[in-house]
Amino acid sequence: MNWNRKQNLTLILLNALGNNIISLTSLMGSLVMFVSHALNRSLMPPFFIKEYGKQIVAIGWASLPVVGLTAFFTGGALALQIYSGGSRLNAESTVPSIVAIGFLRELGPVLCGLMVAGRVSSAIAAELATMRVTEQIDALVTLATDPIKYLVAPRIIITTLFLPILTGVGNIIGIYGGYLVSTERLGFNPSMYIESTFKYIELGDITSSLIKAAIFGFLISTMGCFFGFKASKGALGVGRATTNAVVSASILILASNYLLTELMFKS
Amino acid sequence: MTDQSGEKMAIETKDLLKRFDNEIVINKLNLRIPFGTSMGIMGPSGTGKSVLLKCILGLTEYEGNIFYEGTLLEKQNRGTFYKNFGMLFQGSALFDSLTVWQNITFKLINSAKKILNSEAKEIAIHLLRDVGLDENVCKLMPSELSGGMQKRVALARALADKPSLLFFDEPTTGLDPLTSSSINDLISTIVKRDNITSLIISHDPSSINAICDEVIFIEDGGVGWRGKASEMKFANHKLLKKYLGSLQV
Ligand SMILES: Nc1ncnc2c1ncn2[C@@H]1O[C@H](COP(=O)(O)OP(=O)(O)O)[C@@H](O)[C@H]1O
Ligand SMILES: [Mg+2]
Repeated sequence: MNWNRKQNLTLILLNALGNNIISLTSLMGSLVMFVSHALNRSLMPPFFIKEYGKQIVAIGWASLPVVGLTAFFTGGALALQIYSGGSRLNAESTVPSIVAIGFLRELGPVLCGLMVAGRVSSAIAAELATMRVTEQIDALVTLATDPIKYLVAPRIIITTLFLPILTGVGNIIGIYGGYLVSTERLGFNPSMYIESTFKYIELGDITSSLIKAAIFGFLISTMGCFFGFKASKGALGVGRATTNAVVSASILILASNYLLTELMFKS
Repeated sequence: MTDQSGEKMAIETKDLLKRFDNEIVINKLNLRIPFGTSMGIMGPSGTGKSVLLKCILGLTEYEGNIFYEGTLLEKQNRGTFYKNFGMLFQGSALFDSLTVWQNITFKLINSAKKILNSEAKEIAIHLLRDVGLDENVCKLMPSELSGGMQKRVALARALADKPSLLFFDEPTTGLDPLTSSSINDLISTIVKRDNITSLIISHDPSSINAICDEVIFIEDGGVGWRGKASEMKFANHKLLKKYLGSLQV
């Protein structure tokens, strides 16, 4: 009797686990199909050049203020922290190089990714979900246009290409924020600060920053497009799509950042 | 497809069945729309009229077969179907981010054959006149139009590529009675003038009366009553009688 019950419980748990694994794999499957459909079709005419132009403005250009402000303030705060922490070890002179390396390798891409996830992933999800709910996506089909090719491909491609550019700008502004705080508030000599900033930066720091950014851009746009496109009917559907897109994009950014850091910097 | 009388069918469904998680919405529906006919599908809300359209359009999975001009519709050959086809959606479904003329000529602009912007605008203006709108509407965004104007623009968009087949999903829902009747007249005029085969889905008998030659009244996911639109009010069908009666307040 007791043994039987235990076996039942095990079965129930295994069953629940199995169901979760099945739904997760089927979600992954449809995600992979979705993205590969978008990217495959983007290589065939018609190319919808105008849509790409619109996305460059909406995603690339319009994200600059958010990214710039975030990077500037974080760079400044980072300089203050490293200075006060470093002073305990008499290592205040490391401020320029740690600000620069920290920004390039970690803070630049991750902050940029998270800020753009909040802005772009949600905007994409809300826009596509609204189009789904108001039958605009069905209308595209009846107008002989592939909605994944027309709507999804430009958003994924442009975000993946432009997040490295945004991150590059963010890196420069962040490092400048550190420079400004260090020279104005902490008494660093400007020319010496600049010299030691560049002394320790390696090419690998910059490329890793841009590679991370491209991957984050891909994740952000894919989550936005996927949840928006698959939204269910009603106003609830739009809200749920937006939340799901931002939360999953943010978690994926942080998780993949850890994996990428392991891959790129472990040795 | 030809039926017993030798008439050719534009659209035909055979034992069309659609279920959502074991709930059957369309139950073995056999529908035949002859060329040049305006077929009305009427029934209370939630009886699966929109779902029927989604099935024919291939926007959802279904069981059974659908034929277009005698050919079985499958994933691969829907392209030809869409090329000769236009649809007016319930909520108009105009693209928010495009202007009126870009909406109207969307299919022309984005198809393989290239046309110039100036040509497209010309065509849009012509179509706007056709649906009773001024050419100044051209440059506006859909959000700047009233519901009736949006319907007209959406109709112009559906007509842009000269379809031989037109679908209408609740063409007058959400419009006031006067606007409704002018939209009904417009649809009826254009469909007759261009000899377009059409399928009109509506819960509103006045739309069906104004536009359709034949009517199917949906009951329990199948055909409850079918006949000429003009004979609908004399039909000896319990639910249809009740349905028409309840509307004559
Ligand atoms: N995507 C869906 N998932 C589950 N049920 C659906 C879905 N779409 C429609 N239904 C159900 O199918 C039925 C018919 O819906 P619909 O075709 O929209 O009705 P109407 O005749 O008013 O157009 C409704 O009961 C609705 O709940
Ligand atoms: Mg409906």
